[in-house]
Amino acid sequence: MTIYNMYVFDKYGTLLYYGEWNRLRKSGITEQEEAKLMYGMLYSIKSFVCKISPIDTKEGFLYYKTNKYALHYLETPSGLRFVLNTDIGATNVKEFLQQIYAKIWVEYVVKDPLWTPGSPVSSDLFKLKLDDFIKQSSLYGIRTI
Amino acid sequence: MVIYGVYIISKSGGLIFNHDHNVPRIENEKTFSYPIDLVLDYEPKKVSVAFGQKGGINVGHVLTSINGILVTGNVLEDGRDVKEVIENRDNYPLNLKFSRPKMTTNEKIFLASMFYPLFAIASQLSPEPKSSGIEILEADTFKLHCFQTLTGVKFIIIAEPAQIGMDQLLRKIYELYADYVLKNPFYSLEMPIRCELFDTNLQLLLDQVEKTGLANI
Repeated sequence: MTIYNMYVFDKYGTLLYYGEWNRLRKSGITEQEEAKLMYGMLYSIKSFVCKISPIDTKEGFLYYKTNKYALHYLETPSGLRFVLNTDIGATNVKEFLQQIYAKIWVEYVVKDPLWTPGSPVSSDLFKLKLDDFIKQSSLYGIRTI
Repeated sequence: MVIYGVYIISKSGGLIFNHDHNVPRIENEKTFSYPIDLVLDYEPKKVSVAFGQKGGINVGHVLTSINGILVTGNVLEDGRDVKEVIENRDNYPLNLKFSRPKMTTNEKIFLASMFYPLFAIASQLSPEPKSSGIEILEADTFKLHCFQTLTGVKFIIIAEPAQIGMDQLLRKIYELYADYVLKNPFYSLEMPIRCELFDTNLQLLLDQVEKTGLANI
């Protein structure tokens, strides 16, 4: 069980925060380029899911899995997008992301008067709290190779 | 237990086969009085709901008929313009029928070629080395299962999220593909699959899986 990395985007596709824990492979492009690629992919998946779904969707896209990792996605009604990469065995990640949003993001970013909405988050307190929250969760375990 | 559809994508990303198995038809008919409490979006190709959801009519649904008269694009079958009919107070009460838009073949081809780069980017953005592309993609209404063969052909099943054993089913469909498509002397690779035996056997397989599960195939 492990958590690899996390992206937070706003509704315009700006990368607000990127956190990395156990990432084993770099994509070989800069963080900014990678964020653009990631956002583009999520945007496409969203419209893909909407069209291919046989019935009306409410939340739409939840996660995808490859043979090595799983990407979990949470979109708030205000357009914030949380993306968390975990190993494929992780469960209940949606609730976990909702908690990150409610307990960490809202508390330490939205309530931070020094943060301008729409700009990348540089608060050390947020970083610390997020780090603690992730490391204490059961999703973040010792990596088994 | 519902399987919605099966798609096969060639190694170059083109849709070579699709089969709608059990797609529910979502239609809602309602009588409206003036003024209607839905915001409609009038486009040349379709009239759809832009805002306001009630009685099963959701945003994105397309107007299909007015008082039983079919709507094609934004004109009625008798030649009248939809917008004029709906905005004219004298026509009320109006009986409007909305349905979720059905995918056309063109849209399916478009979506299939869209899946191809998604599959590739998913493996490129992987935090672990040597990752494959998307194998399972879940949304709240369906789950997509994808199996890529060694030769690059992708088999995709769209099913209910709770449906299990889709991996085996995908391999079984691959078997059918190998038997009835690749052994067909009239089939050329990378071209759309039009093999009757494949169609019938696939249909049988899907029906059986839906009824009795994967235990006896």
